[in-house]
Amino acid sequence: MSIRDQFEAGFVSKSDCLVKYQATAEPLSIEVHSSVQSLFGNAIRTCAMQMLEEFKVTTGALLVDDDGALDLVIRARIEAVLRSAGYLSQKRLFVDASSGISWQTGVSTIESEKNASLDGGIERPGRSLGADHASKQVRLYMPGDQPHFAINADFYGADILIFDLEDSVPLARKFEARILVRRFLENSFLFRKSERAVRINPLSTEESVHDIAEIVPAMPDIILLPKCESAMDVERLDTLLTANEEEYGLVPGSIRIMPIIESAKGVLAAYEIARASQRNSALCFGYEDFSRDIQSKPDIVKVAHVQDDGSQKVNIPSNPVSSIDSLLARQIIILASRAADIEPLDSSYSDIGNTEGLLNSCYEARALGFTGKSVIHPTQIPYVKKAFLPSDEEVQHAKAVIAAYEESLKAGKGAVAIDGQMIDIPVVEKARRIIEESMHAE
Amino acid sequence: MNIDGRLNKPFQDVFSDATQEQRGRKIKERAVQPSAISQRQKPDKLVASWDELFERLDIQDGATISFHHHLRNGDKIVNEVVARLASRGIMGLTLAPSALFSVHDALLPYIKDGVIAKIEGSMNGAIGAACSHGEIAQTCILRSHGGRQRAIREGDLPIDVAFIAAPCADSFGNANGLYGSSACGPLSYAKPDSEYAKKVVIITDNLVPYPCSSWSIRGGNVDYVLNVESIGDSSRIVSGTTQLTKSPTQLVIARLAARFIEAAGLMKDGFSFQAGAGGISLAATVFLAERMRNAGIKASFAHGGATKILVDLLEEGLLDSIIDLQSFDLDAVRSCAKNEKHIESDPFSSYGPHANCCVANMLDIALLGATEIDLNFNVNVVTHSDGILLHGIGGHSDASSGAGCTIITAPSFRKRIPIIKEEVTTITCPGELIDVVITERGIAINSRRDDLLWSAKKADLPCVDISQLMHDVYQITGVPEKPHFTDHPVALVEWRDGSLIDTIWQIEE
Repeated sequence: MSIRDQFEAGFVSKSDCLVKYQATAEPLSIEVHSSVQSLFGNAIRTCAMQMLEEFKVTTGALLVDDDGALDLVIRARIEAVLRSAGYLSQKRLFVDASSGISWQTGVSTIESEKNASLDGGIERPGRSLGADHASKQVRLYMPGDQPHFAINADFYGADILIFDLEDSVPLARKFEARILVRRFLENSFLFRKSERAVRINPLSTEESVHDIAEIVPAMPDIILLPKCESAMDVERLDTLLTANEEEYGLVPGSIRIMPIIESAKGVLAAYEIARASQRNSALCFGYEDFSRDIQSKPDIVKVAHVQDDGSQKVNIPSNPVSSIDSLLARQIIILASRAADIEPLDSSYSDIGNTEGLLNSCYEARALGFTGKSVIHPTQIPYVKKAFLPSDEEVQHAKAVIAAYEESLKAGKGAVAIDGQMIDIPVVEKARRIIEESMHAE
Repeated sequence: MNIDGRLNKPFQDVFSDATQEQRGRKIKERAVQPSAISQRQKPDKLVASWDELFERLDIQDGATISFHHHLRNGDKIVNEVVARLASRGIMGLTLAPSALFSVHDALLPYIKDGVIAKIEGSMNGAIGAACSHGEIAQTCILRSHGGRQRAIREGDLPIDVAFIAAPCADSFGNANGLYGSSACGPLSYAKPDSEYAKKVVIITDNLVPYPCSSWSIRGGNVDYVLNVESIGDSSRIVSGTTQLTKSPTQLVIARLAARFIEAAGLMKDGFSFQAGAGGISLAATVFLAERMRNAGIKASFAHGGATKILVDLLEEGLLDSIIDLQSFDLDAVRSCAKNEKHIESDPFSSYGPHANCCVANMLDIALLGATEIDLNFNVNVVTHSDGILLHGIGGHSDASSGAGCTIITAPSFRKRIPIIKEEVTTITCPGELIDVVITERGIAINSRRDDLLWSAKKADLPCVDISQLMHDVYQITGVPEKPHFTDHPVALVEWRDGSLIDTIWQIEE
């Protein structure tokens, strides 16, 4: 067996850094290059030294080539190279200041960051087990190994942010990606508005077990389970989650599951999948993999209608039903989720530049019964929101709420009710949001 | 304070007039001065070659030569003139361009050789960095567009020769930027140079029979006309982009800015605005237009640089006119040529600090950018947090001073560098002129504008205290170190009235 002595993680790209560790017997050396050297050169060096100390590294050469990465990213990259090199964090135990519970983590966590995120005053909506009424209209996928997507993601308007460890991360990068994702989850003050989800690798792979072990201590709100084909898959994930939650002292059942159905088998087992766990909060459809699995050729319709000279034989509708091959699958997923009292969520639309196609695809999804759609780029979010705009009735109700509220303000009254519903600040805010959305979806 | 033998007047306040007494000097515009031309004699201004031109101009060491920046990154004239003067052995030039672009990085060797000893005008990119590293022999001067024309008119910036690249000109020197293969739109920024420089040269690649129509530059101000093969690379003259930005953070800020403008009651019939050509400003204009359409509101005019976005609004009727100082794309160039509602302005009329025709003073909204903003709302647009000079002021301080509401849009941090700081590295515009700062993390409103704060809160806009915003960002980025400077001043920043508002110091290596 050959022993590696050179380890690297990250990229030299905006808001990221490339970290290399050369395992030698020489005394420790640190080299830092950065595009923000004069402003953060010392901070980066300090961060590197803390990490080396935490991992009790005393020899070798560490190189950080930085282009404005945040501290948490630099730490993630250094942690990745040191763990690849066989070092383990010496800081395994930490205490949850608010609950007094202490637990072991399998991984390294930074005390100060943990505390920052805990007293950062994160007010997440209180979740009761089972019923989940948080909006799931827009889910934004972000490649798990590219930090610059995540840094401001909370402001893009998505309901759920999905850190992807599956398809967007090449096998060789999965190790460092899950460390980066864990560190983002730990810095939960970055995500005050959107829920945080992780798409792990399929349970058929070894990677999925590592994903869960790394991610669960950082308490994501949701785990997305790709390539889900049977109720057993969900049950296995449920068991794994429970085991990890117990190990880290978390309330069992607090992490929800969204199975992604993207194969013929999965579609046929949709109802059992939907009912397989109390943790399930939605069924998601994944079109690309599904189409591959059933070997459909939806584009042949267009091709077949074009003659050799390039002219069209017959007029095909300018906006044909997109993904005609998946109509039944989509409907089954909708039926299964509704029957199991969870929400059906549609696949993403892959042609990022085509906003008209995106809107059409959203309207179709809504017409079929889906309550939301995933997006693969933040610029798609406003279009999904536009397609899933509040109905006229909702807008009328919202206007009535605002009117009643302003009336009560004028009259100097405190609380006011409309149709028996108490109007408090959150209700007013929601009403304003509905009106704002209905008028100005761009 | 005396730097390089120049007596600097300290900054008093934003609306004071430090050079008031100079206006009494009455420097005459060239065209109205008597010349040696007698009856029935036609002026002979055409020169056959660069060599003949330079022989007749007889430029000496230490002369000040000026240029405009309408050809933007496609300009060939600045580099050509400096190279030719260098080959004639001229040294110690002062360059007074209205702006420089990255194409002018080719001047760096002439800076090192001492051909160029000083720059009075905006310095971008590599030349700005060279200035920060103390590579320019003398202390440079940065002025806003309004401040530059003031300095020229009042004699603070005496120009020996103005070289004016003109896409369309006749043998008299009447010239415009509207037609020809190098069309660039208005020639606004060359107008003060043409009126007050000791000698004025028109360089054109499109010599048309007399008379050239229209006259952005009046032939009466011009001494020589030189016809050359090409004054610019037309593909790079209009470098503006009409594509909406794809940056999600920029889009969030732009949407928030449009929402704020409507909520604050600024979007009312007949309102006017100026928006820069940056990604956020362009997108904000698009989103604002959508709101205008929904609400059935029309604007009276847009000012500043013109883009396809504005031209479309003009043609749609959402905008009554465009007052244009420079075109950023070909649609704007075409519109400027054919649409009488697309007005070509000049820096005196647009930005003149004490002009009683100042367009900026008619603005309801100025939507501008910044490299840094501090807790007192002071703005920096020239240096970055690492202390390096990278941008010119443009019309920033002029528009801020005039507009009824000045809004700065910027991401709260770029890469890891916070934009909101305790203190800006360089002040280019005092905080009392900045009403609102809009970032993706919320809207900070100057306490002088309680009215705006009230409207924004009433509409549930995400208002934040500016120091809270700074600390929120510090939590993410960490607190940056301060750059280290030597005590050698490399550039002076003038306020619009010619007083010294700040100094840029050489970076410590």
